[in-house]
Amino acid sequence: MELDRQSELNALRPDLLRFARLQLRDAGAAEDAVQETLLAALTGGHRFESRSSYKTWLISILRNKIIDIIRAQSREISATSLAEDEAADELLNESLFDRRGHWQESARPGRWADPEASFEQQQFWRVFEACLDHLPEKTARVFMMREFLGFEAGEICKETGISASNCWVVLHRARTGLRACLEDSWFAGAKT
Amino acid sequence: MLTCKQATELMSQEQDRPLSLAERAGLRLHVWICAGCSNYRRQMDVLRAACRRFGSGGTP
Repeated sequence: MELDRQSELNALRPDLLRFARLQLRDAGAAEDAVQETLLAALTGGHRFESRSSYKTWLISILRNKIIDIIRAQSREISATSLAEDEAADELLNESLFDRRGHWQESARPGRWADPEASFEQQQFWRVFEACLDHLPEKTARVFMMREFLGFEAGEICKETGISASNCWVVLHRARTGLRACLEDSWFAGAKT
Repeated sequence: MLTCKQATELMSQEQDRPLSLAERAGLRLHVWICAGCSNYRRQMDVLRAACRRFGSGGTP
């Protein structure tokens, strides 16, 4: 059975908007990306049997729009704005590691029970989005270019003007912050 | 011997580039004796899986 596209689009719009906002951190640009996605979707001639396959298709269009916007902005991540993120990083490191570079007792990563089961819960993804939103802005941008948009580390250097070693530092910061947030906000409560 | 902080740096980087033989050996030894870092390493794979799913619109 063919989906009622118009009503599906309306239902999925908030998801698309949140996805774009997370990555662009700019409500206007996010709105534009989603608008263009919806236009492209209405003129596309595919048929979809389910909402989930429709959503996957829409997100793939939106991803390309976001990549276009990031490229057009070609917004270099300046050394000064990275330095701001680094100040936050120092604080995080102090709360995670002792002076010898070993885990603080309270910060040592625990075991996460059944992540696959968490992936099936809408509430988990709300926490995931909130944790991404908590990352420092430039850090989050680099991380999402890598993980959502599929850029290789080398391409990120080119787009953002940061060095490869700096790119690894930023990605490490993002992953460490994100895992700590997910553990505190989700998995610690779900521990068995 | 790697510190936990250095080990986490390598565990992040192995998501982005192939590690050298020496780096892999050092990491393997560290993770073998450190439960916290062993959990961290598994969680890097969970993060990647979550991002794949989120980034492709496969969330419920």
